[in-house]
This record gives sequence, C-alpha cells and structure tokens, in this order.
Amino acid sequence: MISILLRRIASLIVTLIVVSLLIFTVMNLLPGDPAAIMLGTSATPETLAALRTQMGLNEPLIVRYLAWLAGVVQGDLGQSYTYGVPVAGLIVERLAVTLPLALMAIVLSVGIAVPLGVAAARRHNGLFDHLAGAFSYISIAVPAFWVGLLLIIAFSTKLGWMPAGGFPGWNAGLLSGLAALLMPAVALALPQAGVLTRVARSAVLEVMGEDFVRTARAKGLSDRAAVWRHALPNALIPVVTMIGLQFTFLIAGAVLVENVFNLPGLGRLALQALSQRDIIVMQDVVLFFSALVIVMNFLVDLAYLVIDPRLRVAT
Amino acid sequence: MAGIFRRPVLMIGLVVTLALVGVALLSLVWTPSLPSKMNIVQRLKPPLGLGGLLGTDQFGRDVTSMLMVGAWNSLSTSFLAVAIGATVGSAVGVIVAMRRGWLELIVMRGCDIIFAVPPILSAMMLGAFLGSGRFTAIIAIAVFMVPVFARLTLAAAKQIWARDYVTAAIGIGRSKAKITLVHILPNISNQIIVQVTIQLGLAILTEAGLSFLGLGMPPPAPTWGRMLADSQTFFGQAPWLAILPGLAIALAVLGLNMLGDGLRDMLDPKAKAG
Amino acid sequence: MQTIFSWSQVSRRGVMALVLAAGVAFAAPYAQAAPKTAATIGMTVEPGGLDPTIGAQVMIGQVTWQNVFEGLTTIDKAGKVQPQLAESWDVSEDGKTYTFKLRQGVKFHNGVAFDSSVAKFTLDRARGADSVNPQKRYFTSIDTIETPDAATLVLKLKQPTGSLLYWFGWPAAVMVEPSTAADNKTNPVGTGPFVFGSWAKGTKVDLKKNADYWNKDVAVKLDTASFRFINDPQAQSAALTAGDVDAFPEFGVPELVASFEGNDKLATVIGNTELKVVAGMNNSRKPFSDKKVRQALMMAVDRAMVVEGAWSGLGTPIGSHYTPNDRGYKDLTGVYPYDVEKAKALLAEAGYPDGFSFTMKAPQMAYAQRSSQILQALFAEIGVTMNIETTEFPAKWVADVLKAADYDMTIVAHAEPMDIDIYARDPYYFNYKNPAFNEVLAKVEASTDASEQDRLYGEAQTILANDVPSLFLFVMPKLGIWDKKLKGLWENEPIPSNVLTEVHWEE
Repeated sequence: MISILLRRIASLIVTLIVVSLLIFTVMNLLPGDPAAIMLGTSATPETLAALRTQMGLNEPLIVRYLAWLAGVVQGDLGQSYTYGVPVAGLIVERLAVTLPLALMAIVLSVGIAVPLGVAAARRHNGLFDHLAGAFSYISIAVPAFWVGLLLIIAFSTKLGWMPAGGFPGWNAGLLSGLAALLMPAVALALPQAGVLTRVARSAVLEVMGEDFVRTARAKGLSDRAAVWRHALPNALIPVVTMIGLQFTFLIAGAVLVENVFNLPGLGRLALQALSQRDIIVMQDVVLFFSALVIVMNFLVDLAYLVIDPRLRVAT
Repeated sequence: MAGIFRRPVLMIGLVVTLALVGVALLSLVWTPSLPSKMNIVQRLKPPLGLGGLLGTDQFGRDVTSMLMVGAWNSLSTSFLAVAIGATVGSAVGVIVAMRRGWLELIVMRGCDIIFAVPPILSAMMLGAFLGSGRFTAIIAIAVFMVPVFARLTLAAAKQIWARDYVTAAIGIGRSKAKITLVHILPNISNQIIVQVTIQLGLAILTEAGLSFLGLGMPPPAPTWGRMLADSQTFFGQAPWLAILPGLAIALAVLGLNMLGDGLRDMLDPKAKAG
Repeated sequence: MQTIFSWSQVSRRGVMALVLAAGVAFAAPYAQAAPKTAATIGMTVEPGGLDPTIGAQVMIGQVTWQNVFEGLTTIDKAGKVQPQLAESWDVSEDGKTYTFKLRQGVKFHNGVAFDSSVAKFTLDRARGADSVNPQKRYFTSIDTIETPDAATLVLKLKQPTGSLLYWFGWPAAVMVEPSTAADNKTNPVGTGPFVFGSWAKGTKVDLKKNADYWNKDVAVKLDTASFRFINDPQAQSAALTAGDVDAFPEFGVPELVASFEGNDKLATVIGNTELKVVAGMNNSRKPFSDKKVRQALMMAVDRAMVVEGAWSGLGTPIGSHYTPNDRGYKDLTGVYPYDVEKAKALLAEAGYPDGFSFTMKAPQMAYAQRSSQILQALFAEIGVTMNIETTEFPAKWVADVLKAADYDMTIVAHAEPMDIDIYARDPYYFNYKNPAFNEVLAKVEASTDASEQDRLYGEAQTILANDVPSLFLFVMPKLGIWDKKLKGLWENEPIPSNVLTEVHWEE
C-alpha cells in the first residue's frame, strides 16, 4: 500500500513538472509582447527595449523557466506584469470568489441530485423516475453560461430581484456576497446536478438490489429505513467520486460563468492575464488549476484504493 | 431494427439528431434569407412579426437563417473535432494495447497530462496561439478527445487480447497487426461508436463555449455561441436573441446524448448508463 | 444604498427568503443621511498599475490624473492648457527656451516638498535612456534642464516644440516624487487633491481627500471616492439603477443608454471623447497603395449606417483623424461622401472593375466587430469582398498590426488626443508617407502662434481627408450616466480622465 502510494505521488510530481513545462512553453511562444502592450501605441523602440530589460524578458527562456519553477517550489509565484503585485496574493484574492462559487455549486447540485436520485430509484420506472430522467437529460444538455444568461434575463432584467452581476466584496457583508454568487452557482450547479442525479439513482438501485438489503427487507425492514440506512450512505460514495471527476468541467463552467456574471474570480483573472499577456499570472493560474485537477484525481484514486482493496494489486 | 421502437430514448435521440442534421444540410442549399444580409432599419424585430419567423438581430439579420447556418457550423466543427480525436485516439489505444510495455506507460502519462489542464484553459491558450477560427476550435476540442478515446480503446482492447480465441490466434503464429485488424477492432467498434455519439454532445457544448469567448469561427459565419455572446447587451430589448441559440445548443446536445445512451443500451447491453 | 438589490421593482410577495435576509444587510448603511461626501465612479476596465508615467492604458490616467497626480501644466474641460504646478512660464523668442516659475508650498502626499529638483527628476526619468514612459517621444526635444533655484525650471530645447506645454498637461507628464517613483505603480504618491487609499484588485480603487491640498482656490467637497470596475454592461446598468455606483462617466454600451431615458434619478449626458474609430489601411500594400482604391472604399461607406449599427446612432461621423473637441476642427465628411455608383466607377478606374478581396484584422471589441461587419456588407455592394479575421487586442493586434504592419485593413479607436501626427510617424502601421503632410505638422511645432497653429491643423486634416490613409468613421460619444444630484463631472473628454476636484452632491 505504502509503495503504491509513493509511486503514485512520484508520478503526480512528474506529471506536474511536465505540465509546467508545457504551460511555460506555450505561454512564452504566444504572439504578443507584454512590454509592447503596456506601452501602447506611441512607444519608441528604445522605450520598449528598456522595459523589456526591466521586466526580465531578455533572459534566455530556459533561465526564465528554471527561475519560475524554483520560485513556485519555494512558494514565490512571481510578480504580475500588469498589477505589479505578487501573483500569490492575486490568486488568493480571486480564490475568495471562485472557491465559494464552486462550493456553493457543489452543495446545490448535491442538494438537488441526491434527493431526486433517491426518490427516482424508489419509484423505479414510475412517473417520477421518468421525470427525474428527463430533468437529468435536459440539465446535462444546457450550457451553464446560457443558464446564467437566462437567470439574468428573468431575475435581473425582468423582475429586478437579483444583481445582474458583479461582486460587492466580502467586506460588504456575507449576505450580499452570497447573494451575488447565488445565480452563478445555480447556473454552474444545474448541469452537475443532471450528472449526479443519474449517479445517485443508479447507485441506490444497485444497493437496493443487493442481497443484504433484500435480506434485511425480507426480515421486515421498512422501505424508508432501507433507503436511509443502506442505500443512501452507499449512494454517496459514487456521488462524491463523480464530483471529483467532474471537477474539470466545474472549472470550465466557472471560467465562462464568471465571465457572464462579471465576477472577479480566477477564471476571469486567467482571461484578463491572457489578453494582457501577463504571462506570469497566466502560467501560475493554469498551473494552479492543473495541480488542483491532478490532486483531485489522485484523491479519487486513493478513495478507490481504500474502498476497493482489489485495486491495490492491479496496475 | 424493430427494436428501435421499443427504445424511446434511442427514438427521441435519433429523431432530434436527424432533424438537426437535416436543418444543417438544408442550410447549405437554402435559408429564408442570406444570414449575413444586414438591414439596419429592421434591427431587433421580435419573432413572428416583421422580422420573420424568429426575429432579427442587432444588424437586422434574419435569426432563423443564422440559426440554420449555425447548426451546420456547430455540427460540422464538432463532428470534425470528434472524428480527429476518435481516429487518433483509437489508433493510439489499439497500437498501445498491441505493444504494451513502456509505450503504455508513456501514453497513459501523456493522457494524464492532457487531462490535467482544464480544456477551457488549454483552448484559450491555443486560441491565443493560433488565432481564433474554425481550425482552432477543431484542434482545441480534438486535443481533449484524443486521450478520451485512447484510454477507452486501450482498456477495451486489453480485455479482448486476454480472450481465449486471441490467445489461440497468437498460438498459431498470427501477427499482432493481423489480430488487431481481425479480432480486436471489430470487437471494440461498438464501444467507439457509442463514445463518439456522447463526445459529440460534449464537443458541441465546448464549441459553443469557445465561440462565446470569441475563439470560434470568425464573422460573418454565424455560430450559436457567438450569437449568445452578442445578445448580452440586448437583453432588455431582444430577449429572444439570448434564448433561441441556447435552445438550439441544448436541443443538439440533448439529441446526441439520448442517441448515445440509446445506442449503448442496444449495442453494449453490459455497460450501464452512469 | 449599498444594497445590490433594486428595490424599486421588487414586489414584496413571492420574494424568496434570501432576499428578505439580504434586507438586513442593506438596513445598516442607511444610517449615513448627512450631506453626502462620498462618490463611487464606475469604469468598464480596470487599469493595470496606477502610474501614468510608465503605462499607456488610458484607464490609469482616468483614475489618477488630476486626482492623485498633477503636472506642470494641466488641460481643462474645454481642452485648453492651464498652469498648475508651474504658476507661469516664459517662452523665448526663438521658441527654444522655456522658463517655468514653479508654485511654492506644494507638498506631495508623503510630505516631501515639490521644487525644481523634483521637476527635473521627473523629466529626466521620462526622457532618460531607461525611460519606459509611453510618451517618451514628447520629451525628446528637451536638450538640457537647468534649476537656477528651487522655484525656477529652465528647459533648453533642440528645436521649437509648439505642443510642449500641451503635452506637459498629459497624464504621462505628471510630477512624481523621487523616493516614491518606483512604487507609484501600486502605491501612487502625487500632489493632487486626493490621496491613494487602497486597491482591491479586480474590484475597486479607493481615494480619500488630501487635507493639505495646496490649491486653496478650490474647495474639494468629496471626502472619499471610489473607482469601481464593472466589465459587464448588464451589471453596469444594474449597479447604476441600484445606486451602487453613482456615475458611469463612460458607460460601455450605447444600446442600453435608451433604457435610462425617463429615469427620474439618473441623468444621461452625452458628450464627445477623443476616441476616433478609423479603419486603417496598409498604404504600402496593393491595392491600398492606390489612392483611388482608398477613396473608392471611403465612398462605399455610409458613415451614418456605421454609427447606427455599431453604436446605436450615438457618435459623430468624421472625415479626418480629428474630433470636434480639437482645436481648429473642420467637418470634412463631405469630401468623400457615401456614393455607391461613384465608388464603383473609381474602383473600375483604378483597375478593379470586378472588385478584389482582402482581410480585415478586427479586434474583438464590440465597436470593432460591429463596424467591420457593417463595412463587410457595405463593401460587398461595390463588389469588394472583405474577410474578417478577429485579432486579439491588445496582444496579437500590437504584434501583427502595430509592430509588424502585417495586415490589409484594421479597425481601432485611437484614444490619444490630438494624435493626427501618427500619420507623420515612420514607421507607423499605416505606412502612409506624404512629405507635404509631414511639413505641415513640422510647421505646427515650429510656430508659437495659436491661430496659425489652428490653421495648420486644418490644412493637415484636409490632406488626410483627401488622401484617405484610413477610412475615417466616427468619434465615440462619451456616454455619461450619473445620479442627477451629482455635479461637477466633465461632460466632454478632451483628454481621457475622471477629474473629481469639483465633484459634489447637490443638497
């Protein structure tokens, strides 16, 4: 077990290093000179050269890559070209929006999906089951950013109940912060909920069909108790796993949804950094997201190892 | 074939998908008016009025025609991307299953690496690299499809390689390439077909997202994603501009997903949805 | 008023519990009923950095110029040069020696006094070898700087520079304190009526009143001011209606302006900016190297239709690279007016009876995308096929168009005031070379007589209107939307700015 773990961790680190090299290469081969962007349409060639030197853009690529990597390992993510502040601080600031948004979306999607999935499973092949199935199909098919647009049209433009976007900042009060994240979180949660409903439903069905549950029910365990005591806890495991696996899609959705709702989150930071060629910020943000995905997948794998001992021998 | 009618999911999926493909193909030969034809005087006219069946946009262009051509653009881009991804990915998967050893290790790591970067971010970087356009969208989606198909075919092919009749074929001295062609590919083709259908839905969603961010096909070619992006400042005056293209995307993805699930139930009864 | 909900339209019935809960949050800030001394100004794009002397973005100046930083001279709301940290000046007969009398008793926000050595430091920093000043070219005519005493600054120029005093009023020429200059990007220290407070990246910049402001002639009414950055037009509009933002001096989307008409709380003030939307052509590339082709394309353009389709009819058509704000403006839209038949004839004369096709590199911004789609339709009428290639701005556009001049046609809004001289620059992306035009502009710099300068500017405009190095389309309007009780904001924008000195709330 320990050796498997160590091997996994080693391969995780190798993956991260290769990813970092990839990101660095792509970002530094992009057309567009960050110095030229900062200086605008009137800059003279000498000014440009002076700024490039100042920004360290004249160093060889390999030196810049190693310096970046060494910094990252020591927790120094470098300085943003445009903002002139440490990138680590920027990421933390933006994470204060993206993380609560993602968490709210996960909570919402689980809150919708698990009761729906369980109820559908209990009425297997009944009307409710079909309705839940339809919900699941539809919610998977709608793009999160479109749901966002529809919510804005309905609740902001037409009814005027909710802010159309923007984020007041957490010091404006917890409630107004949460209110600003509510519609984006719903938009983000809906497609997830569709996937999770399916997972929860099939997991409950499977558990309900297993021998120990049948035996318990034959001995007089009520339907409701069977669901609560056996089916639900077992159904949660695949749901949690699925959340881990769907994480990439959640992030993808967040980038678009932050854009629709004008939220100062990490996704928008990435978009902004890309357009301003704030290379360092872009490198750090993409690396951060990738590390998150890699670690998430690792944790899912780990969970499987713990749950299913048979996997400990294979691969 | 009679089985189709007892499978409502497959039925609905097939009908919706065929209808959209029909509209897309029709748009190549006929649209109510030229989708790029502007008529500023008739701008932002609501559906079912002066603006034709589905209204006009901010330039007075006919939304019906734009949606029709958008269907072609969206479907063809996604189809090409998935075709490339499926071909390359399946080829890699089958070859690796044949060779195994260090090649498998490298390919699996490669898949991990591609999966590690969220597709929207890699697409953004690719977009900045190649410039926005149809080609960029196809490549950005295909890149993410390759590991999906590589993993799928590798796992499936490995199972077939372990079957008795394959062991027997190795025993009588058949070459690995021949076994792959005769035994492996035919046996995993159903799984690949099902996966292609499901990934097509995902590709349409991704293409719409890229177009929404301005990384899709350039104007005047109408795309559903850009129509949505353009609609954002006209919510108050013209909500249909934001509603209709989204409906089109949802319908296309819904159709393909149902078709995929239906095909899976029919072709691959062992694998359960989920 | 801090709440993000728009209560005016809320029907109490059916409102979710969450909205009720949020009501608690909005009750508290209502306590401040006394005369308002705070203002929140909305901006579409956040600046990167807050030092206008090292970054080119107009947003930097829109936050800091005249609020935090001041210059030797300044530009007033009519676009005229006025004294500021220089009380007065004296220009020698040959126009090559400028003697400035500097204001005494001016202190930077950190307590350091402003004197001639600070002014010398600022100018040396802007023109030196390591300078990264975006407008460095404006300081290059300075030969030597002398500081006979703390209150006197003497500049010796290499050649007469008629626009020097005007340029000294620009954001890129503001005075900076030597010990804080390096950190101004994140913590700006100037001499202005407002002190930098804090910057929540991605959200807002806070300023507070400078209690020790040197200029006792103006009574600064605001105690605090915030600049909030809201990118999304819907959110901008919602923030205005909800009162989260008191003013959007440059509202981003013209199509939503109509929705504010009739609003009894908000005023819609439409003025002029310096943003000239022009479709630049590569004058050294065929077929654009042929003047007739350029003129034919100009006649194929219905400017009114472009303004209508791209900017909801708000905006002023232009016939040259000049705005009605600018001194000596001439309306030249009649030189090559919209005329499809004449355009076709001219095109045939130039040897393209069946038209031709080319690529437009259009940035992703709404005005550029929309204008180019309309141009595409208009050119189709005279048989010219234009393919649109969306070119990411600023990165790819700067690399491909501005630096490499690898393009056929492009479209961009030139933001810098009085920048007609870009057509005299070599290299510049238009690749337009006309010695007669360069000579006219040289005469402007050589002259110190204002009316003669105005006349020469008129001449320069006319040359461009005839040569059509770019398709001159329209000037973007300044779409000001603000609380009716908020007074003192500029209606026009002769230079990109948000001057808060006189902003106050009406009782």
